[in-house]
Amino acid sequence: MVTPPNRDDGRSFREWYEQKMENTIADLLRAGVLLSAFVVIAGAVLYLGAHPLAHVAYRTFAGEPEQLKNVHGIVRSAFSGQARGIMQMGLLLLIATPVARVVFSILAFAVERDHMYVVFTLIVLSVLLYSLFGSFLIA
Amino acid sequence: MSGLWQTRGLNVLEFTFLVWAGSLIAGFLGALTGLGGGVVLVPLLTIFFHVNLHYAIGASLVSVIATSSGSAAAYVKEGFSNIRIGMFLEIATTLGALVGAYLTVKVPPSGIAIIFGLMLMYSASVSHRTRPRTDVEKPPDALASKLKLNGSFPDTNGIRYYNVYRVPAGFSIMFGAGALSGLLGIGSGALKVVAMDQAMKIPFKVSTTTSNFMIGVTAAASAGVYLSRGYIDPSLAMPVMLGVLIGSLLGTRVLVRTQTKKLRLIFTGVIVLLGIEMLLKGFTGAF
Repeated sequence: MVTPPNRDDGRSFREWYEQKMENTIADLLRAGVLLSAFVVIAGAVLYLGAHPLAHVAYRTFAGEPEQLKNVHGIVRSAFSGQARGIMQMGLLLLIATPVARVVFSILAFAVERDHMYVVFTLIVLSVLLYSLFGSFLIA
Repeated sequence: MSGLWQTRGLNVLEFTFLVWAGSLIAGFLGALTGLGGGVVLVPLLTIFFHVNLHYAIGASLVSVIATSSGSAAAYVKEGFSNIRIGMFLEIATTLGALVGAYLTVKVPPSGIAIIFGLMLMYSASVSHRTRPRTDVEKPPDALASKLKLNGSFPDTNGIRYYNVYRVPAGFSIMFGAGALSGLLGIGSGALKVVAMDQAMKIPFKVSTTTSNFMIGVTAAASAGVYLSRGYIDPSLAMPVMLGVLIGSLLGTRVLVRTQTKKLRLIFTGVIVLLGIEMLLKGFTGAF
């Protein structure tokens, strides 16, 4: 067995608090996945119903149309009722689920007054937000 | 192997159903064997369905987020995962993932195929290695203590405490794992476990559960870049994501009740074959 590291008096509270925090995160993740799957399925029903017998073309890379490549365009396309827009919206919700988890972690670490981990988590969040909103800056 | 669906074009319904079914099987076997379904998705889509490599990588990455987040509940409630280790190392994996996602735009498809083939071979080889565990009495590592990484988990005889070592080595491997995840659209769980379990001496159960926890955040870091590059096609990602999600959830349910040794061997064999095919295609420039 490994020697237990030095623990402060608040240790047992910390353990209890963190297990609670992780359970909440797990529920948050599951809710995000369920919501996203629901939206994707709704879009899929529309999409498959619209042109079930058309032929698929995935051999060559053409890229996606502009409105399916950024957050703003996807939301707009989904709310105008386009099937592919709704499916992409569901996928966007899926991508946003881990981001929500990171935001929640920042709050949880802040409540614990763990400033070091608030900073670490903020770094992770800024990388995620950069990827989602600013990655077009580098060509 | 190739040319299976080539002779006549598939319509949207047929294609969607077959991709969904294939992804479901991949997710099911991946969860059942613990090898992860993500690693076989890209070969499945490119070799059997002739999907362009970039679209395949995009769809695979999205499904990786779904399985990681969907199965988190099952892992977290056991109390093995260490949220501080996960969050600290996610700095490395997300930065790596961002770099990997940019690289996937620059590296020619044949290069990606070769790296993918090697990664498949690697995954197959790690799955059969058993590591002798020696718990030597060592004083806690200064850096790990400062970063509050040492932790505990419930064991059969009470709470077990563990210390974390070699933080810089683990952090560096995590950066690499993130880069591979962003480059290939996989979870790279195998490499994440190696960083924690082998380099940082974190107990195996803590390593695997924390790794699963990290995969979603890592993948989300490259997903934004993929999205803005047009790699994520909703019509393709839809059946892949729904198939893998359902398959992996079924797989985790069945996991407790089945003898998986034989299945694991078969699935490893499949991974090796797909690895060879990816390498061949990469070297012959078939992508």
